[in-house]
Amino acid sequence: MALATRTDRRPSLARTVWDSSVGKKAVMAVSGIVMLLYLVVHMIGNLKIFFGPGEFDHYAHWLRTLGEPFMHYEWTLWLIRVVLVAAVVAHAVSAYQLSRRDLRARPSKYVHKKARASYATRTMRWGGVILGLFIVWHLLDLTTGTVHSGGFQEGHPYQNVVDTFSTWYGNVVYLVAMLALGLHVRHGFFSAAQTLGAGSRTRNRALRAVADVLALLLTAGFVAVPVGVMTGVVS
Amino acid sequence: MKLTLRVWRQKNADADGAMSTYEVDGVSPDMSFLEMLDTLNEELILKGEDPVAFDHDCREGICGACSLVINGDAHGPERTTTCQLHMRSFRDGDTLDIEPWRASAFPVIKDLVVDRSAFDRIIQAGGYITAPTGSAPEAHATPVPKPDADLAFEHAECIGCGACVAACPNGAAMLFTSAKVNHLNVLPQGAPERETRVLDMVAQMDEEGFGGCTLAGECATACPKGIPLTSITSMNKEWLRATRKVAKR
Repeated sequence: MALATRTDRRPSLARTVWDSSVGKKAVMAVSGIVMLLYLVVHMIGNLKIFFGPGEFDHYAHWLRTLGEPFMHYEWTLWLIRVVLVAAVVAHAVSAYQLSRRDLRARPSKYVHKKARASYATRTMRWGGVILGLFIVWHLLDLTTGTVHSGGFQEGHPYQNVVDTFSTWYGNVVYLVAMLALGLHVRHGFFSAAQTLGAGSRTRNRALRAVADVLALLLTAGFVAVPVGVMTGVVS
Repeated sequence: MKLTLRVWRQKNADADGAMSTYEVDGVSPDMSFLEMLDTLNEELILKGEDPVAFDHDCREGICGACSLVINGDAHGPERTTTCQLHMRSFRDGDTLDIEPWRASAFPVIKDLVVDRSAFDRIIQAGGYITAPTGSAPEAHATPVPKPDADLAFEHAECIGCGACVAACPNGAAMLFTSAKVNHLNVLPQGAPERETRVLDMVAQMDEEGFGGCTLAGECATACPKGIPLTSITSMNKEWLRATRKVAKR
């Protein structure tokens, strides 16, 4: 009997990654890190609101002229937007598919239930959905002005922000979303590091600390804006 | 000790199961958990009832056959196998819920017995080394650095009981698969199949319908052999490395 020769023909890199649960987690990790980097920059930019309408509106205008004269007006901004949309879509689609797989893998629950895993871990899925919905609302509110309270003024973000946080629902939606963000980042950053193989016994304590600090700084930095408007520091 | 047991009873793979309540009296704190179940079964047989089916073999914590979820914990409250769990871990008058491993990749065959052959197929996919058979090789022919030997041994401790799958909220077999992958991948003997091993074993794991890792950490807490959660991180790293290397070929 002739032995079968092993023909090592494997699918393409993209196929292998997308078809594997481990690969799809890597897609989530990378897209998550892209969004996280953006959020750090976004949060720092937001804090300029505490230096008055002049500096804040100028900063918003500068974002549109970024990269000139190499880039045309708003080209860089649109490039960032395209990358972010790609990251959000990749993150959400992989999360959806992986969650479906996870739920299928454990169809019947234990009769004896136990409180398991940390709050941040258990709220990743719903927290992610909340964040997705928030992004839609946030864009319609402060980018397009579609659902903006009061008259939305293109090119006057300072006034627009003050308008939004002068309504009770604007504050509630934002605060809930930022708490969800903190929890999501806390578990997500650490998980991404493990998925990409960056964790180890000696490094994990530091990675957890970085995740906590990032989550705390982002939440505090973002929440500072509505709190500033509510307390009248920003008006 | 007198105990109330609520045990999952299921006639066969297709039947619906339910929890049945039994009283066991005269339980000694020195009995192992399985001996306590033996006592129950003796009583059931004397009464002409069907004894509770459960998996067991070595009863010394090394074979990985026993598999019970006791009060929601795989292998019960102590960090050991069910056979090495003793009744002194419980108190007189306790009510104990005894259930089988729950995962779609581990279908229940009868009562508390599940089919774990999915693990065998993961091993078949790459949990071996290519070596000429025959007499044992000279021990010093292949030097293994001490830290690597220790790491390999830590992973080799996995007995494939499936407690990690039972404890995982996603029914994932990541800890089992990573223990097997890392065990061989850190050794020179495992080097020839380093890439194909991790790719094939992970692919088989997905194929069997296990879930994915969400870093809940339940598996490593339940593992009677103390396979660390970082084992999964190492496997992720190996998988990404193998994917890149194989794509370059």
